[in-house]
Amino acid sequence: MSEKRRIVLEFDVDGDNFVSAGKASEAVKSNLKMLGLPPALIRRAAIVMYEGEINMVIHAKGGRAYVEITDQEISITLKDVGPGIPDIDLAMQEGYSTAPDEIRALGFGAGMGLPNMKKYSDSLEIQSEPGKGTTVKMKIKL
Amino acid sequence: MKISKIAEILEAEVLCCDGHTENEVMSACASDMMSDVLAFVKDHAVLITGLCNPQVIRTAEMMDIVCVVYVRGKKPDAMSIELAESKNIVLMTSKYRMYQACGLLFSQGMHGGDCLI
Repeated sequence: MSEKRRIVLEFDVDGDNFVSAGKASEAVKSNLKMLGLPPALIRRAAIVMYEGEINMVIHAKGGRAYVEITDQEISITLKDVGPGIPDIDLAMQEGYSTAPDEIRALGFGAGMGLPNMKKYSDSLEIQSEPGKGTTVKMKIKL
Repeated sequence: MKISKIAEILEAEVLCCDGHTENEVMSACASDMMSDVLAFVKDHAVLITGLCNPQVIRTAEMMDIVCVVYVRGKKPDAMSIELAESKNIVLMTSKYRMYQACGLLFSQGMHGGDCLI
């Protein structure tokens, strides 16, 4: 029987620098490419991770990202200790955003981040407590 | 459509990765909102934008976009060019405005691809 795959990647997401946002997603994408996974699947993982990473930078001053790749799935967990999401149902609506104008000027904050994460993942779970932080778990089946 | 043909139609100046201009582009998307790009873009696309920061290149990289056209004569910063070079993404700048650039490409057969929601 062949060995089971389990690759774990961890990243600190720097919340002070919008310019570097996306570095963790870039690294995850490179790893998935090296594993030779189908391009469409890699793109879905890259999109959800990137949207999540951008959200952590915009709203929570960064956080930590954990990615686990097995034979069955890619599991992405993003943890921050930011302000939390008071109303998750509202935040999930396309077009709803609390991002400031300067973020919009940079091309984000259109209220598409969470909807995109839901659209491209097989499961999305959000745990959030106002004032304490948010944990987002996403899974993509292989 | 080849990237070189896009440059010709838009009278654009290629800013980096000119060794990749014979690659084919299958669809096109025009937006200044990167989340919209992340929501709708298909494979091997060209992105037409007026936004010049490095997140444009990161978005392009995530979506396997092969070419970015900056409109209204805009030019990206050095970090964007460096990032694009490392990912083999062709960057070019055109004097046309976004509406005109889209119209010119569309009329020459470059359609949006299967991107209707």
